[in-house]
Amino acid sequence: MVGLLGHDNGLYADLTARENVEFVAQLVGAGTNDVESALDRLGIDSRVAAARAGALSAGQRRRTALAALVVRRARLWLLDEPHAGLDGQARAELDGILRDATRSGATVVYTTHESEVSGARIPRTITLSGGIVARDVDSADPS
Amino acid sequence: MNAILAIARKDLRIEWRTRTLLARVVPFALLVLVLFAVALDSEPLLLRAAAGLVWLAMLFAAMLLVQRSFDVETADHALDSLLSFVSSPSKVFFGKALSMFVQLFALAVVLLGAAVVLYGARVDGDGVVLLVTVLITATIGLSVVGTLYGVVVANMSGRDSLLPLLALPVLAPLLIGAARATEAALGSDTIDLANGWAWVALLVTYAVVFGSAGAVAFAPLAQSDS
Repeated sequence: MVGLLGHDNGLYADLTARENVEFVAQLVGAGTNDVESALDRLGIDSRVAAARAGALSAGQRRRTALAALVVRRARLWLLDEPHAGLDGQARAELDGILRDATRSGATVVYTTHESEVSGARIPRTITLSGGIVARDVDSADPS
Repeated sequence: MNAILAIARKDLRIEWRTRTLLARVVPFALLVLVLFAVALDSEPLLLRAAAGLVWLAMLFAAMLLVQRSFDVETADHALDSLLSFVSSPSKVFFGKALSMFVQLFALAVVLLGAAVVLYGARVDGDGVVLLVTVLITATIGLSVVGTLYGVVVANMSGRDSLLPLLALPVLAPLLIGAARATEAALGSDTIDLANGWAWVALLVTYAVVFGSAGAVAFAPLAQSDS
């Protein structure tokens, strides 16, 4: 199963944040506990969870989309600038989620323009310049 | 099956929140029926044409519902996200077609009621079973074709005008079959009940063909849009 998060969040504006996550949970066979756990993990409190996605701030919508991603328990995560729109705390939480995902055996691929910090988060960094691979650093490789 | 129901429930929940059917589609369809009555201005003519006018109004109203159904999917690229993790894209097709069926069936009941009031249409005991069968089979056909063509135009510019241009010609056989079978159910002099059931067979075939085509083609069509 693929967990895809692009520039758009893939949310339904007329459903609440909780309903958006629950909808994904129903489709992948996850339970209520998984929904609660994902909402907690992303710091989505009951007030935000009960608000329609269309009425949330950009950061809250991003958190909701990430909670829906967590519930999917994907084996391959494809993320396009997942930190966009998140504050410092949420960024740290997201890094923790991505670390947990890779530890559980999932493959996480994400793009970012923040090259100075991306190396600290992921074991392999491929730098593209003009559509060509300019650098390929595998920090897990001792050579 | 759970995924199909979850997708249908999601669409119906959004409809309940936004009241598109109640606030826009039902008034529009009723207005079409009223305008037909004003334009034709002849009770025998209206009685003769009632079945066709009801299904014509259904087709126009269905275009609004289909557009709305896919607007919510494309607004934040939710359909792309959904297709990336759902176990089979055909479940998305059938889920959206199911929610469309529920809404269109409710609309069909309202429009038939309006035809009774406005055009003086009547249905007797023998026609009731045929009428209910026509409503179900024709609405299934309309739902699957609407969902199929909805995804075709989902990400196209000018989709509001493209959808009717593409879908209405394909819906012509359904319009003919549903109108003739409904006419038989309403006790018309020009077609008997037995002939009405023959038109139902066409509607069933139509629904099976487009339901199968939609199940197969939905994913490629959705992906080529994205």
